[in-house]
Parts: sequence; C-alpha cells; structure tokens
Amino acid sequence: MDLGTIIWNTVALFLTLCIFSFLYKDNPFYKFAEHLVVGVSAGYFAIILYFNGFIPKVWEPVTQKGEWWYLLPTILGMMTWARFSKKWSWISRFAIAFYMGIAVGVAIPLEMQQRVIKQLHATMLPVHFTNIQGVWNLLIMLGVLCGLIYFFFSMGHKGVVGGAARLGIWILMIGFGAGFGLTVMGRISLLADRITEIHNWYLMVTKALWGF
Amino acid sequence: MKKKILKILESLEKLDRRIIFIFIVGAIALPLIFPLNIDFSVTPPVQSFYDEIQSLPEGSKVLLACDYDPGSMPELWPMNLAVVRQLCQKNLKVISIQLWATGSPLAEAAFNQVAVSEFNKKYGVDFVNLGFKEGREIVMVSLGESIPITFPTDYHGNRVEDLPIMKDVKNYKDLDIIINISGGLPGTKEWILQVVSRFHIKLVSGCTAVSAPEFYPYLQSGQLVGLLGGMKGAAEYEKLVGETGLGRRGMDSQSVSHIVVFLFILIGNIAYFSTRKKKKR
Repeated sequence: MDLGTIIWNTVALFLTLCIFSFLYKDNPFYKFAEHLVVGVSAGYFAIILYFNGFIPKVWEPVTQKGEWWYLLPTILGMMTWARFSKKWSWISRFAIAFYMGIAVGVAIPLEMQQRVIKQLHATMLPVHFTNIQGVWNLLIMLGVLCGLIYFFFSMGHKGVVGGAARLGIWILMIGFGAGFGLTVMGRISLLADRITEIHNWYLMVTKALWGF
Repeated sequence: MKKKILKILESLEKLDRRIIFIFIVGAIALPLIFPLNIDFSVTPPVQSFYDEIQSLPEGSKVLLACDYDPGSMPELWPMNLAVVRQLCQKNLKVISIQLWATGSPLAEAAFNQVAVSEFNKKYGVDFVNLGFKEGREIVMVSLGESIPITFPTDYHGNRVEDLPIMKDVKNYKDLDIIINISGGLPGTKEWILQVVSRFHIKLVSGCTAVSAPEFYPYLQSGQLVGLLGGMKGAAEYEKLVGETGLGRRGMDSQSVSHIVVFLFILIGNIAYFSTRKKKKR
C-alpha cells in the first residue's frame, strides 16, 4: 500500500466524520465539508461541460468548420445569464420561453403515451379465479379505481363512493409505506457503505503501521 | 409496577434521538464486521433482469448506460460490477455511455476491475466506454439516429468509427438490449419515455431503493423487463451471478437495522398511546 493511497483515504475518512458530526449538532467541521462538496462539484462540472459541451459543440464548429449557426443557441444560452442583473433580467425570459416551449412540446405527447395510455392499458387486466394471477389483477384494478375515486371531489364521499374513497386512501397509505420502507433501505445502504470504508481504512492503516 | 412501566414509557417519549443513532450505527456496523450470512430469496423482477441478459446469444451488443454518481455508489456500484460480470460471462459486447458526468470514471473503474482484470477482455473489441455527453433526453433520442455522430470519440479520445466493436453499430437497431444503472434524473424514466416504445428496444434497470417504487408500474406494463431495486436488488442479482459482492455483504446490516428500526417504531407507538391515555385521564 503506497503512502498516497493512505493519505487520500485518511482525508476521505476525515471528511466522512466531519459530515457525521452534524448528527450531534451543527459545527464548523460539518460546514467545512459541506462547502467543500459544493465547491468541488461546481468546479468539476464547469470543467467537464467546458470540454464536453462548449469546445466540441460551439468552439470547434464555429472556428474550424465555419458553422456559424451554432452561435444562435450559444447566444440564447448566454441570455439566461442576464438573470443576474435586475435591469436586464427580462432578456433571460426569451431563452427560458424558447427552452420551455421545446421541452413541453417534446414532453406532452410522450408523457400521455407512455405514462397515461400505456399505464391505463396495463390496468385493463383479465379478472378470474382460476389462479392467483387473476386475484392480483382484481387487486390492481380495485386499487386504481379506489385511488381515483379518492381524488374525485365532484361527489360527496358518502355511501358507496365514501367506502371506495376510504379503501383508496388505505391503498395510497400502503403505497407510501412501501416507498418509505425502501427509502429507509436506501439510507441504511449509504451508512453501511461509509462504515465499510471506515473499517477498510482501519485495516489498511493497521497493516501499514504494524504489518497485520 | 404499572406506574413504573408508565414512567419508563414516558422517558422513552423524550428519548434523545442521538441514542437512536448509536443503536442504528451498531446494528449496521456489527453485522458488517461479524457477518451473519442471513439467506434471502430472489424476487421475480431481479430474476427477469438476469434472465433477459442470459437469454441473449453470445456476441450480442448491449448498451450499458451508467447514469449515476458517487452519492449513489453504495447501491449502484455493486450492481454495475455484477452486470459487467454477467455480460463478460456471456461473452456479450458492451457499449457504455453516461448521461451523468460523474458516471464516466465509475464505469471505467467497473470495466477495469471486472472485464480487464478478471476476464481479460479487450478494450475496443469486447467493450467500449463512449463517456459522458451533455443533453440528457436529446442524447437518448440522438442515439436512435446515429451513435457515431452522437459520440464521435470515446472516453479516451479514440475515434469511435475506428473501434472494432463499433463496426456495424449505427443506432438502437443494432443493439439487443439497454441496461440502465440509474441514480436519478436523467435515468430509467427518461429511457422509458424517450426510447423504449419509439425505438422498440428492451430495457432493464438497476436503480436506487428510493426510486424503485416509481418504476414498478413500468415493470407491470412491460415497458421495463427487469428491475434491481437498491442494495436488496443488487444482493439478489449477485446471488444469481454467483458472487459475494458489496450487495450481499450489506444485507446482514440491512436485516438487523430494519429490525432495530421496527422495534423503535413499535416502542415509540406503545409509549405514545400509553401516555396519551394517562394524559387524557
């Protein structure tokens, strides 16, 4: 194990502990690590986007190939920077409007097709009692219908509609519970990874210092 | 006796959250240091993820989109390693791209660790890393027109058209499946919206546990043909691929810490309802 690896791993360990110190209370070590992350990320992305975006998509086409029309989106992009000036911030609206127009135009047909029509189609399932799949299909259908009824406010939630709406809220709660459970699992994974790193650092340092 | 229990429950209601943190750290750290090897079963979404790749004939070309960053590494890095391992075992040709700037060095590291070190695979022949391209959904759609125009050079600066693996690869028509390791946006949802139906190509996804519930409906509708959700998904997949990686090692911690969280929720609720009764009186 070379010295450089040990030093960088020790720096990583120190920064991990700085972040964890927030669990006790807010402190300068936490603030230092937090600001470092923001600064490093901003610097990293600025360089990546410069070499990956500006150079091949603006500089090279314009200066080497004479494709001047690449300047048009560049000007639009630069207009968004006007937001930093109170006097000129209105200029940025043109670029944002242009971007939003394209984004909405692209998104609406796809969202309708992929997230509404396809999902509706997937809900229209054969209900039968010959095997367990038929029962699951019934559950999916009931879940969707009751969930939709809960959000249907044009009728009072009384009688049959009220019962379906109550079932709908229960189904939504089960969904939220599953989501929350998976979120907990995700957070535990992050902590397990950091603890593994601390353990690996301990093993690395003891091996480097005492040879075991 | 009853008074004593009530007093304990009252004190539990005011329990300092930092004590709970210590319990959670203990529940995660101890099983990592002293493994319990708790067994677990493979769920259908993970099985179909594995089967879809396994069913491809040798030499098929696969697009591996590593759209994640170091922040989601604990869940997605084990998946990335296991995916590359299965692809190498099956002798499939892997073309990797990244729509997240920070995904490029991670994809590169996964190839070096598995494809090069373990399987002796050759860069440019068996696998290639085309690197990162800004543009999110636009890049996805552009790949449907032409991969060499969207990515003229690879991560190392080589001309993509000169690489043997890229011979006869023009767009999605020349690929057999897309594997997306997704840390967020752009990720699996965008691949489904922009690519799956439009270009008629299958998609399997490995995602973080937080985003997994969002993708289950797509699995049910067939827009997604396999799903690995979080560390549990990674662990199940590692079991199928036949390795003991970071996912499987973390499952003991998951199980023990979930029991601790469950007990705290249970105790918290008992304390709340017991003391509420007393307060009402």
